[in-house]
Amino acid sequence: MADNATRQENYDHLVLNTCVLAGRIMIESGSEMSRVNDTIMRIAQNAGLKDAQVYATLTGIIMSGGVKEVGAEVGSIDKRAFDMEKVAKVNELSREYAAKKIDIYQFRDDLIHINDLVATFPLWLQTVGAGLVSGTLVVVFQNNLPDFWVTFIVGMFGWLVYYFLNIYIQIRFLSEFLAAVVVGALALIAVKNGIGVKADDIIIGGMMPLVPGIPLTNAVRDALSGNLISGPARGIEALISACALGFGVAIALHFF
Amino acid sequence: MNLFIIKCICVYFSGIGFGLIVNLPHRALNVAGITATLSWLVYYVIINTWGGLGAPNFFGGLTIGLVSVVVAHIKKMPSILFDVPGLVPLVPGGQAYNTIKNFALGDYRVAFNYLSEVVWIAGSIALGFIVAELINKIRIKIKYVSRGWDK
Repeated sequence: MADNATRQENYDHLVLNTCVLAGRIMIESGSEMSRVNDTIMRIAQNAGLKDAQVYATLTGIIMSGGVKEVGAEVGSIDKRAFDMEKVAKVNELSREYAAKKIDIYQFRDDLIHINDLVATFPLWLQTVGAGLVSGTLVVVFQNNLPDFWVTFIVGMFGWLVYYFLNIYIQIRFLSEFLAAVVVGALALIAVKNGIGVKADDIIIGGMMPLVPGIPLTNAVRDALSGNLISGPARGIEALISACALGFGVAIALHFF
Repeated sequence: MNLFIIKCICVYFSGIGFGLIVNLPHRALNVAGITATLSWLVYYVIINTWGGLGAPNFFGGLTIGLVSVVVAHIKKMPSILFDVPGLVPLVPGGQAYNTIKNFALGDYRVAFNYLSEVVWIAGSIALGFIVAELINKIRIKIKYVSRGWDK
């Protein structure tokens, strides 16, 4: 009898742990909050914790199982990046769990090893992606066809600077600032040397991969779904990013 | 007309390029590009017929929201995967840059003009998203009620 109770307790602990882990991965990869809450509650309900409660914010998750013996669990979130494939993977795993294709042990194991399960695009492909965003949007926004290739290359350099500084400095706003300085400087130098036509257009294009589009969208969504902690927090994150980019360009305009 | 076709292709590739940056799953890349193109086409048609700033961005955002929910349903993936790349061609990049530039040059009156345009555009896109979400919620409700699930 007592053995049975301990086993149940262990199982409940495991479920809580899995839920918090899933939520952490989703928030760290840039998912919106209502989806996080939804996924966690669905896992808990499928695992048999009917009265589970979850409180998720941008920097941490608190979750209680609604069972007397188990209590609550806290997960802290220190850094956030954008990795949509992880969001999709957690979603897929929770669907498989709901359909009883995998059990909770397998689920938790997959979540712990999610970095091995999820493929990332290689750096050169990401860089080409940044170039594509920059080059094409110059044409779309400014009707400026001649500057396509210049912007493509400027955007690639801006993204590379951002990427490597992010690895070494780990302060996102600082790397955004320096990347913006590089984009602005390269654009102005290119125009001075007769490679580019309009410096303004090249800067607009080169900044596009760095513009905080996802945080801004998520901020509006979180605030409107009633999560008044995460919505404004994300808004501030986006605002600081935008200011960092702006200061970077302003400095480049001033000195070059 | 030539430029229009080039722009369509450009929008498609901008969606894919942004997908590469945020590490979309391979299966979602092509669809993300198509979502971006569709929403931009709606935006383009409306800005050239009605004009203004609010309506084109509102309907652009609405299209992204609706298309991404439908696609997410078909592909069985979260809808955020498709609306993030779709948003890229609508972002008021040019106006935002002009705001910063004029602030830096000390031309505050022009800067505030551009700033209000940015706020207006971002607000319209967000409103489009919200309405799309509302429509989606009503659709789910109707589905449940018609199945007799009384909830």
